[in-house]
Formats: sequence, structure tokens, C-alpha cells
Amino acid sequence: MTSLHNAQQQADSGYNFAYLDEQSKRMIRRGLLKAVAIPGYQVPFAGREMPLPYGWGTGGMQLTAAILGRDDVLKVIDQGADDTTNAVSIRRFFGRTAGVATTLRTPEATVIQTRHRIPETPLSADQIMVYQVPIPEPLRFIEPSESETRTMHALGDYGVMHVKLYEDIATFGHIATSYAYPVTVDDNYVMDPSPIPKFDNPKLHMSPALMLFGAGREKRLYAVPPYTRVESLDFEDHPFEVQSWEHNCAICGSADSYLDELIVDDAGSKQFVCSDTDYCLQRRDQQLSGEGAQ
Amino acid sequence: MYVAVKGGERAIDNAHALLAKKRRGATDIPELTVDQVREQMPFAVSRVMSEGSLYDPQLAALAIKQAAGDLMEAIFLLRAYRTTLPRFASSMPIDTSAMQLSRRISATFKDLPGGQLLGPTYDYTHRLLDFALLAEGEQPGPEIDPQAAIEKCPRVLDFLVDEGLMSRDGDSSAAVPDITREPLEFPANRAQRLQALARGDEGFLLALSYSTQRGYGRNHPFAGEIRIGELEVWIEPEELDFAVPLGDIEVTECEMVNQFIGGKGIEAQFTRGYGLAFGYAERKAMGMALVDRALRAEEFGEEVQGPAQQEEFVLAHCDNVEAAGFVSHLKLPHYVDFQSELELIRKLRAQPGSQQEQTP
Repeated sequence: MTSLHNAQQQADSGYNFAYLDEQSKRMIRRGLLKAVAIPGYQVPFAGREMPLPYGWGTGGMQLTAAILGRDDVLKVIDQGADDTTNAVSIRRFFGRTAGVATTLRTPEATVIQTRHRIPETPLSADQIMVYQVPIPEPLRFIEPSESETRTMHALGDYGVMHVKLYEDIATFGHIATSYAYPVTVDDNYVMDPSPIPKFDNPKLHMSPALMLFGAGREKRLYAVPPYTRVESLDFEDHPFEVQSWEHNCAICGSADSYLDELIVDDAGSKQFVCSDTDYCLQRRDQQLSGEGAQ
Repeated sequence: MYVAVKGGERAIDNAHALLAKKRRGATDIPELTVDQVREQMPFAVSRVMSEGSLYDPQLAALAIKQAAGDLMEAIFLLRAYRTTLPRFASSMPIDTSAMQLSRRISATFKDLPGGQLLGPTYDYTHRLLDFALLAEGEQPGPEIDPQAAIEKCPRVLDFLVDEGLMSRDGDSSAAVPDITREPLEFPANRAQRLQALARGDEGFLLALSYSTQRGYGRNHPFAGEIRIGELEVWIEPEELDFAVPLGDIEVTECEMVNQFIGGKGIEAQFTRGYGLAFGYAERKAMGMALVDRALRAEEFGEEVQGPAQQEEFVLAHCDNVEAAGFVSHLKLPHYVDFQSELELIRKLRAQPGSQQEQTP
């Protein structure tokens, strides 16, 4: 068989806007509409192969490709930072295949694709967050069978989840889940918020921005519409609480942002800096201009 | 001031350049051509086409060259290309009994219509390194009998079907599902299972089929027939009311004969497992046939004991592009989540009156 194309001419212009063909985008948008209509429900979709490996954000990329318009401004973060290699790679991918404007500044972005963080800067109603999700099923590590977990969601059978949290407390004295901390969406489905630290869970609650979640390998997508109640699972006597640090950010001095721990010398000395690089930079700039004005 | 992993863009560009150099190797050695790969590595090309789900030896060879011989990477390259292609038609069912055979063996009958045709195989080679291959220039090949004609070669399992010892497998005339266009949901049907297995990793299927032979879901297999050869693919375009040939492809087909079902008033029957792969891919087709049979446990009312019999386990893990991606993503930074684990473990250890001993 001869192939129907010339491999030499496979330039970037050989692909549709934002890589995916329009039929695939329509299929994904239909899934997204369903996901928005049923907050927290995992919609199966026929995930496409993306030219990046599974597990590296293919789910999020497909959602971004499906919703991206020519006027959108895209921001991509990984671990809160714009300059981590995978964030750079994904941002370049859409720069190349869609030619859209990209930004590092949270307030300027209309679509923010993220892995593992929600920006510290509050989001607005004209922004869409796209989360990369490795394992969309919050019950997966309690029940490995997909048939079973779908039934459990249908029946609202979430007792095992609370038993798991209770067992943590019995064993460790605390709930020993610090990221991908399960939430209840709109008093109905239990949802995996993707592996964001539980520090970010409260930002999902009643957020003005639309939250979309894409799991490419598992071929599931789900959503939290704007202004939806999102509550982290807990107990009355063990209320949900977020991480806190004894230190402030070594760069901008922030006392209320999520901090990364750096080991800065061979003796193991530590330093703490904001994981959200844009937030850190904005604060630093403000401080500098403030100092300049004095 | 220490600055965390900056300069991602330049690092990526440099990594690409280093990779290109690594792939090319020493420049005083002539560069490998895609044609050489296609013609001289047919087994690699077969595997990449099968698991890449795209029959195109030229592109598969290109992918192998680009991936510097890393077949999983080549499979991934081909898949990522395939996904951008429009799907304009479904082919008619291929007729493997009309195959232009290059190899055909049966382990269940000593002789049979069409005969045993050993064809090109490593099976009876002694695995001694052939140092003559260190030199170049040899052009081996058998003598060809220009008068030879291919006998009609009916399928072995059809003899058993005609005798009533086995049920007929066949076209249900239902619409063919496409697991690359519709999400795979569980429980899947056999057509979806076979599609997933056809794309599945050869090594994974080999290990699972081996596990059934060692007792984890034993199904008493015999290699009823393995045939390898070329056949025509036909499509019936919507605007025509007749079929047209699209081209020839080489496939490997394996049909396993397995032990019985029956009892409770039903006469005992053999069962079967089916494997099909692009190109010359015998190991893949055999593994696939054994796993297909194992996955029919529920259909035949057998107890599910081994991993090879568990549909969700097998289908969710047999795709090497998915598996390689998810395992390799552990290389991506996880410092936000790790930081939250650090915070947690320090908190747990700092609890006053904690009964926890020092953890190891």
C-alpha cells in the first residue's frame, strides 16, 4: 500500500487549528456540555492520541484544543510555574498548532491549563481552568474495577471513602491525604480534584471560573461549573484543614501562598519559595515599584 | 538567590539536538535509510504497524528510524500520526482463507488440505550467532519453482465446525465498534476486546498468555492453525454499490483450539481463541489468541481465576503507549505534591503524645 501523503510536507500548517480535527473537537465539546450539566460526573469520551505521551497532560490538552478560539490567551503551568519543562512544551505546542497568544500572567489569561496547582491570584468569570488528571476516579484505590466504581457513584455509595479517612485518623491521628483530596461537588458526586495539594481545594468552592478536568489515558472528562459548591470530605471532629508553613516566601515574603521547599546547599539547608511563579513575581514587582515610589 | 529549574525552553531545545546526534551515531558510518529499515527489519516494521494500528510499512520504517530503534517510541509516533487521519470508510471483512500464503502450519493435524507450509521462520534455526553476517554482500534465498501453484487452503477450524465439534465464529453483521472513536466501556464485547488486543503490547500479551499455560486461567490450547500471507482489502464506498479493492496487506492469523464447553444437556464442544496482527507477527498473534480465549471465561461460564481472564485488568493495561506514558510521567516534577507529603509526614511525627514509633 502506498501512503496517501508526503511525509516531507508534514509542516505545522498540515494540522488543523489546535491540532485536533473539528469532528474530534465537537465530540469533546459534547462531552464537556454533559460534564457541565452534571457537575462532578465523569463523562467517558473517545480520547485521541496526542503527540505527547499519556500521563503528560494529554487529557488537558484535548480539552484545551476543543475550547480554544483564535482570540484566547493561553497560560500553561506545571507545579504552579510557567517555566517547568512540561509547561513550556505544552505552551509551545499550542503556540505552534493554534498560533494563539500565550501569557505567563494569570489575570491576562482566558484559558489556563494546569498540572497540580490552582493559581494564587483569584480567578474571574471570564477564565476557564483546564486540569490535567492522571486518575479521575476518586474511588479507584479503594475499588480497582471501573464497573464497580461507576455503580458506586450512581448509588451515591461513598461510605468506603469515609471509612478510609477514618482509618487514617485511627492510624495516624490525621487524615493522611495531602493532595488529590476528594471533594463533594454540588452535594452530589464525590470527585477527584486532580493532584492539586489540598491547600488549593477551597479555591474550587464557588469559583467564578469554569473548571474543566481531562484525563486522556483514562478517557474521562468532568467539570465544576462556576459558582458551584465544592466541599472537601471531612468529619465534624476532624474538620478539613489546609497546609501551612512556618516560613514566608524567601523571594516575595508571602505568608499565605503555597510554598516549595528547596534544598540550597550540601548541608541540607532549606529555603521556601512560592510555587506560583507568576504570583510571586507580581508581588515582587509591586514591592519594587512601592520601594521606588518612596 | 537559588532559583528553581529555570530555562526550560533552552533545555528542551538542547535535549532535542542531543537526541538527534544520539540517533545519528558516528557520522563516518553511512546513515540508515528508511528503505533499508523497511526491507531489512520486517519484524520490527510488523510490530510497529500492528501496535500502531496503521498499515503503512514506509511510515512504520520512518518511525523506527526516527525512534532510533526504540519500537515503543516508534509505535507512539505512528499512533500520534494515525489519530490525525480521517476515517473515510470501513473495509469489508477480510477473507483469510483467500490469503496468498507464505506460511501455514497446524499443530492439530499432521496433514490436511493445503498442506503444512513452513515458510520463513526462525523456529528450527539453531540460535548460533552467524558471524558471516558481520560481512556484507550475501544475497541468500531459496530456489524458486516457477511452476509452483498454491493449492486451495481451507481453514483448519472449519473442519471441526463442519463436524459439529466447534461453533462457527463469524460476522454478526452488527455495526463494527471502533475503540479509537468511541470510549471503551466495561463490560466490552468481543469485537472491542479483539481491537484492544490487536493494539496491545506484544510482551504483555505474551506474558499473560504464558500465565494461562502455567495455570492462572488454564484453557488447554492447541495451535489449530497459524497462517501468514498477503490478502486484498476491499471497501464499498457509499457512493458505489459495489466493492473496490484498496490494496494488499500482509497479516498473521492464529486460531487456537481450546478445551471443551458443554454438559447440562449440551454436547461437548471445542472453544477457540483468535489472534490477528499486521505483517509477520506470529508471537503477537498467538499471545492474542490465548488471551482472547481466556477473556471468554465468563461467556463459557468458567470461574475467573487468573489475571488473563479479567477483562478490565487486561484491556486497561495492554496498551503500551498508555502504559509507557503513565510510567514515564513519573519523571515530570511532582514537587508540589511531594511538598504536601513532606508537610504531612512532619506533622504526623510532631504530634504530642503520638503513639507512633519512629518510622523506618
